[in-house]
Amino acid sequence: MEHNTRTVRDAVGRPAPLTASASASHALTDAVFDVAGLTVSYAGVPAIRDVTLPIPRNRITAFIGPSGCGKSTLLRAFNRMNDLIPGARIDGSVRFNGEDIYGADVDPVEVRRRIGMVFQKPNPFPKSIYDNVAFGPRLNGQKKGLDDVVEASLRATALWDEVKGKLKASGLALSGGQQQRLCMARAIATNPEVILMDEPCSALDPIATLRIEELMRELAETYSLIVVTHNMQQASRVSDHTAFFSVDIDDADGARTGELIEFNDTQTVFTGANDQRTEDYVTGRFG
Amino acid sequence: MTPPTTSPAGSERPRLAPTGRRHVADPIFKLVAIACATSVLVLLTAMIVRTTIEAWPVFADQGVIGFITGDLWDPGQSRSEVTGTYGAWPFLYGTLKASAIGVLFAVPLAIGIALFINEIAPAWLKRPLTYGVEMLAMVPSVVYALVGIYFFRIEIWRPIGQFVADSPLGVIPLFSGPVTNSSYWAAGNILAIMILPIITAIVRETFAQTPVDERLAAYAMGATRWEVMRQVIVPRGFPGIVGGTMLGLGRALGETIAVAFLIGASQRRDGSIFFAGDAVTSLIFNTFQDARPEGVWALLAIGVTLFVITMIVNVVARLIVYRVGRTVGDAAV
Repeated sequence: MEHNTRTVRDAVGRPAPLTASASASHALTDAVFDVAGLTVSYAGVPAIRDVTLPIPRNRITAFIGPSGCGKSTLLRAFNRMNDLIPGARIDGSVRFNGEDIYGADVDPVEVRRRIGMVFQKPNPFPKSIYDNVAFGPRLNGQKKGLDDVVEASLRATALWDEVKGKLKASGLALSGGQQQRLCMARAIATNPEVILMDEPCSALDPIATLRIEELMRELAETYSLIVVTHNMQQASRVSDHTAFFSVDIDDADGARTGELIEFNDTQTVFTGANDQRTEDYVTGRFG
Repeated sequence: MTPPTTSPAGSERPRLAPTGRRHVADPIFKLVAIACATSVLVLLTAMIVRTTIEAWPVFADQGVIGFITGDLWDPGQSRSEVTGTYGAWPFLYGTLKASAIGVLFAVPLAIGIALFINEIAPAWLKRPLTYGVEMLAMVPSVVYALVGIYFFRIEIWRPIGQFVADSPLGVIPLFSGPVTNSSYWAAGNILAIMILPIITAIVRETFAQTPVDERLAAYAMGATRWEVMRQVIVPRGFPGIVGGTMLGLGRALGETIAVAFLIGASQRRDGSIFFAGDAVTSLIFNTFQDARPEGVWALLAIGVTLFVITMIVNVVARLIVYRVGRTVGDAAV
């Protein structure tokens, strides 16, 4: 397993800076992301306000919180997917290896090529399993060695043995759990540094969920993972760090704005939270 | 919880009503619906059988293959037997050639328009553009014929044809001169405009059905908008492109008046697209009034042949759409 994930990285090489003028000023040497004063608004209404937190490298960071707390919105800020939503506005900064991904000369397409994403509902393309995994490398112009990348990515997501005989079959012919692992293989095929996961197991049964969680632990050896989850057991099982968000409902117009309440290592969040609201949430007293 | 072992005293509870008058409407409605559905099949069968019977003497005399491949159309004057020579090939060839030109121009244009309206155009422009394309479908074909014959062919299509024929491309027989005002080229161009709305509508519809999840997946992989269109939306819309193309082709094959005005009514069957030719529909349109009974049989025969061709085109289209739909995972059309 370890050998194969390394092959993926070697096939593409070490990541280059997003822009030619990237500075090497790292705020935190062990943080892959540094979020500072981040506010994401849709049509002028903030969905999440003034978030500041680091995302530790090669760890799993979980975002938990009640519905509407903006955790998915925050997740999408890490690969600039909010840019696709008309009327979305971002204030503050998200530093990726010290470089602001919202900088004036940063291309969002380039950001997304370096930061993988797995969605709530498995969403393979209506293409063959092979073509699904090769999608990203082909976008990057890779033509040679695709077989190796596909095999390594499928091995890294423990899918290879199940699909090696039917790589030409449609990705949609797989089961839900297999489809989600295919999507993970697709995300890691481009050798991202970070994988963002937006409730990756919420559409899966418990056994498929367990496999994905095992996989996340394995992938964390190579990648940094951020996982949004509704499932607190999942957060406590798989993550190293947990950020708890709460939602603030405006009395006047009912607008919901999320805010970061507590960021800590997962053990602390679940057994001795510093903030009363966090403790109430993780012990099931609200939310 | 234990189920009751005996039913409660029945007399006090309302009984289920027996079939009453309210249900009389059901069988009647069913009969009417069956009659409506059957009438379509009856009508279709009657048309095929009747025209084939009328045309049969010509097929019998020329042979089906001889009729289709024959090069000479020389109608006789008889009222009771087939005395002329009937070869449909120049007309079938012209129909296919003009329609091919039409489809070749209309399909890429339709895909481009569909992508622009769905993916690129700002919101305020989408509606006017959509209406604009739909308006093209509302223009009566005789208007296309008139505009084509008095304006387009003289001021646009012939000069373009002349330019191509004079360019190095002109050495290719397909693009060689002389260039006439009325030609396969002119007919093909008017057909392209006429079939554009139907192809655009169907292509747009299938493009719009691309699941949001798939677009987001592609964007998250770092695809540009262009790559999302090319890699996700267009492949998703492929059944629609094929289906729309075939529907457009079907219309082009059958379009009569615009083709009759613009194709030039020449049986020379020139290799070039810039010379005048003839088509099945224009032959029927131009000659049926003066046709003697055997000439009418022959026109019916060539009409039946065209009908069979359009049927084959549609069957092939459905097969392609079905096969692609299966690999895509669901049938888009």
